[in-house]
This record gives sequence, C-alpha cells and structure tokens, in this order.
Amino acid sequence: MVKELVCVACPIGCMMSVEMNRKKEVVSVTGNTCKRGEQYAKDECTNPVRMLTTTIKVNGGSLPVVPVKTSVPIPKGKMFECMAEINNQVVDAPIKTGEVLICNICDTGADIVATNEV
Amino acid sequence: MMKYDLVVVGGGPAGMAAALKAKECGVKKIIILERSETLGGILEQCIHTGFGLHYFGQELSGPEYAYRFIKELEKTDIDVKVDTMVTEIQPGNVVIATNNVDGMLRINATAIILAMGCRERPRGALDMPGSRASGIMTAGTAQKYVNINGYMPGKKIVILGSGDIGLIMARRMTLEGAKVEMVCELMPYSGGLTRNIVQCLDDLGIPLKLSCTVIKTHGIGRLEGVTVANVDENRRPIPGTEQFVECDTLLLSVGLIPENELTRMAGIIIDPVTNGAIVDEYRQTSRSGVFACGNVLQVHDLVDYVTEESQIAGEGAAKYILSKGKSKGGKSRNGKDIHVKAKDGVRYVVPQNINRSTDRDVKVYFRVSDIYKDTYVVVTSGDKELYRKKKRKLAPGEMENVTVKLEDIACLESNEITVKLEVGKNG
Repeated sequence: MVKELVCVACPIGCMMSVEMNRKKEVVSVTGNTCKRGEQYAKDECTNPVRMLTTTIKVNGGSLPVVPVKTSVPIPKGKMFECMAEINNQVVDAPIKTGEVLICNICDTGADIVATNEV
Repeated sequence: MMKYDLVVVGGGPAGMAAALKAKECGVKKIIILERSETLGGILEQCIHTGFGLHYFGQELSGPEYAYRFIKELEKTDIDVKVDTMVTEIQPGNVVIATNNVDGMLRINATAIILAMGCRERPRGALDMPGSRASGIMTAGTAQKYVNINGYMPGKKIVILGSGDIGLIMARRMTLEGAKVEMVCELMPYSGGLTRNIVQCLDDLGIPLKLSCTVIKTHGIGRLEGVTVANVDENRRPIPGTEQFVECDTLLLSVGLIPENELTRMAGIIIDPVTNGAIVDEYRQTSRSGVFACGNVLQVHDLVDYVTEESQIAGEGAAKYILSKGKSKGGKSRNGKDIHVKAKDGVRYVVPQNINRSTDRDVKVYFRVSDIYKDTYVVVTSGDKELYRKKKRKLAPGEMENVTVKLEDIACLESNEITVKLEVGKNG
C-alpha cells in the first residue's frame, strides 16, 4: 500500500509517498528531501500523534473556561474520545498554569494540563 | 504630567518583549499601556500549540508563551496599566491615554514603542451581497467566543479564507462538535502554513476549495446558507459554478490589517504595502524617538519572529534614550541612509531603511508575491551582489529573511539595496 502525505517538518512541504507492507510497516519513503522528512513520514504512517488543545468548564473563576492541553501528543484516532471526556468535566477555580486537571486521559498516558490561570 | 523614558503602547507579545529588552539595555522608567484587561494580547485566545518552537525550542500554547513574558515583567520595575486606551500621540512624544481609574493621562516620553498589533479584515471590507444576518463573523471573534467566553457561535460552518486563524478555527469548531462544511480560498493557493492545512483540515477531512469564494449570504435573522462559486484567474466568479451551501455560521479569515490609527494620526509615514510604518534597522519610524514592532509594523506568521523584532525595537529605543535622543529618525538622515527596495517577485521588505553607520548585521524580512519554486533570493547594491541563495520553495504565506552583513553595509557605494528573486537561472 502506498500512502501520500505532505511533510510538515519544515515550510517546504514536500509531497511524500510512503510504501507500506501488509504488516503496516514502512518499506520506503520517497519524495522527501531530508532525513527529518523521512522520520516524519514513518511516524505519521505507523503512529500518528497530535497535541490536543481545548478548554474545560470552570466553576467560580474569572472566566467560564480554562484552556488546556495534553501533556504529551496523543494518538490521532483518540482525539474525539478525549474531547468527550474533557467536555464531561467541570473544575473549580482557582486554577494555576501547569496544573494537572485530568490524569491519564482515556488511557493515553497523557494528562490534561491547564495552560492559563483562571 | 507623568514622565517616562519609554512608553510602550500595547501589552501583547511585541510590547512585552520590547519593554523587557529596553529594561535589559538599561532604560530606567518604562510603562506599558494595554487596552485589554490583561497582558498577552491575542495570545490569550490562541490556545493551540505551536508557539515558541524557534524562540524557546518548545511547542507552547499562546497563553503559555505570553505567561513567560508576563512572569518576566513581574520581576522588573516596569509599570503596567491595563484597561487603558491610548488615544493620541502628540508632538514632542506626549502620549494621551484614558482609563476608568486615572481619567485622562498625559505622559511625557523620551521614546515611544508602538506595539498595537493588528485586527482582522471585517465583512464590510469584502463587498459581499446579503443581509446583515447574525452568524457572520471573523474567525478571531469566533475564537474568542469559544476559547475565552466558553460557548459555540454555530453548528454548521463555512469558512471563507484559508489564513491560519481560519484553519485553526476549522479544527477547533470540529473538535467541539460543529460541522465545518468547507474552507473557501479565493486564491489558487492557501495563505496559511502547510502544517495547519495538514493538521487542521486534512486530519479532519474538511475540504479546502481553492479559487473559490462566497458570492452571496442568505437568511434574514440568522444566516441560513451561502452561495459559493469558483473564480477565474482574475478572481471573478465563473457563471454556472454557483453552489448553495447550507450553514448557520460564516467565519471570515481574509487578512489582517495593522492597527495604525495612532501612527497615522501622529503623521508617521506608512508603507502602502505593509500598512505599517516605514522603519530603519532598529525599527525607528519617520518620527524621531518613535519605534514600531510586531504586527502593527508587518503582519507576522509566527510570534517567535514578533519577539525577535520587538527586541530589536527595544534595543533601538534604549540606544536612543541612553544617548538622550542624539540618534536621528528614519526620515532626517540627510540622504546618508540606505534604502532597501523590493523588486521582481518580492512584495515588500522590512526594514525599508538602514543607517549607513549602523552597528549591526541587518536581517531584512520580506514576503514574495506568488508561489515560486527553485528560485534564487538575490540581494544587490548597485553592480555589487551581496547575497544569493537558492530556495526550493517560496510562498506568500511564509515570511522570509536575508541578512545583510555589517561589513557590506559599511562599504556600500550605492544608497540602495535591492532584494529580488531570480527564477530558473543557474548560478
């Protein structure tokens, strides 16, 4: 199977083709012009991850929501599951930047961390 | 009347970095005047990550990036007045401002740094037919509703313009449960960063329609839909390609305008291409002692570059203040300064002037006017070539820069430096 993707490792944005075998292992990467591109292509095809950023509802704060992020990137396919979990929660003010609000969200190993004060 | 060595107008990333740098360079009395209730500017609502990759070597969210500067400010004796609106800069560098506590303020400043940022092009600038139904707003307004005020402004969304804020909001609204039908872009290419197209649209299966625009909005009380159409090479709608798209919200991400009302009122010369002041290498404007940096000077893609530019302005203001106003303004250098010109595919350059007697290498920022592949960026002065580098890809959405060396500036024969592109020539 061949997968086409645009490299985002730098602004050039090379069009890359990634060839994978039946075990979903990367066989070859073409179209990239640097090593970073090859690594990005491999990661993206085997285990694509993303930082998730959103907000959580706050009780009694200066603002109704506080911005949060995952402490580490999470699997791309788990983004909506994590969103549902986050949108189910309400936290109490005051909240400090860096405070962990949800531990190990949806078993991803990532914590949900506040990125501002409320 | 209050007296300060330096008054910084705006407490966003530009104003904070400029004030901190000026402090570090030895300026004593500094005040930051900020219109909003908090420092941080637009970063406060930019909750996505990707800030600080260049400057901190870390991927931070907007509030986290701002927080680092706010904490640094707290360690200094720099005064900050929030909720304070600067209304005028009078001759003699007198700053007029108002707030609810002090009433009207008159501040006598040795130097001023303009760091007011930019605002979004509104619907009114688009000549788009349709009634004034609710549900039509800029992407940044929607961003504030969702990320600060905590509510969703709509359920079915069309986004016009593929600037970065539009792309970021396409993802944000989708994550919060809205359906983003499409992003329409008038140009044949996106104005946003590739990273954002991949991670905000491709990841979520949101279509990006290039050479396509909204030609009409429908609905009286609330938006009910838009008519989109493809456009030809002259950006005119092609008859027969019209398509009705049902939606309750139209987000506009159609460009940013530096907020230069104060600058214009003060009679400072504006570059018609950047819509920001014409500045020298230390970001001093045509008015002696008035500096400009950040998005009020030129719209940046990355806050990291805003910080870098603002530190230059902070250093420049410090030099000006510490030499008690001896260094001259960008305008009145008796023809001794060097003009930097944009040519052949280079749309603009910043700074536009360089002092011949400068004490530093000068990084010249520029944007190109189209997408170019395998093209040389060339810097010349008279017959002399100062710089030549091949670029695999250049795009209007990505700010570029070249550095002109101090030793080259010192021995220039011409009063002009030209930054241009050379296509398809081996060298």
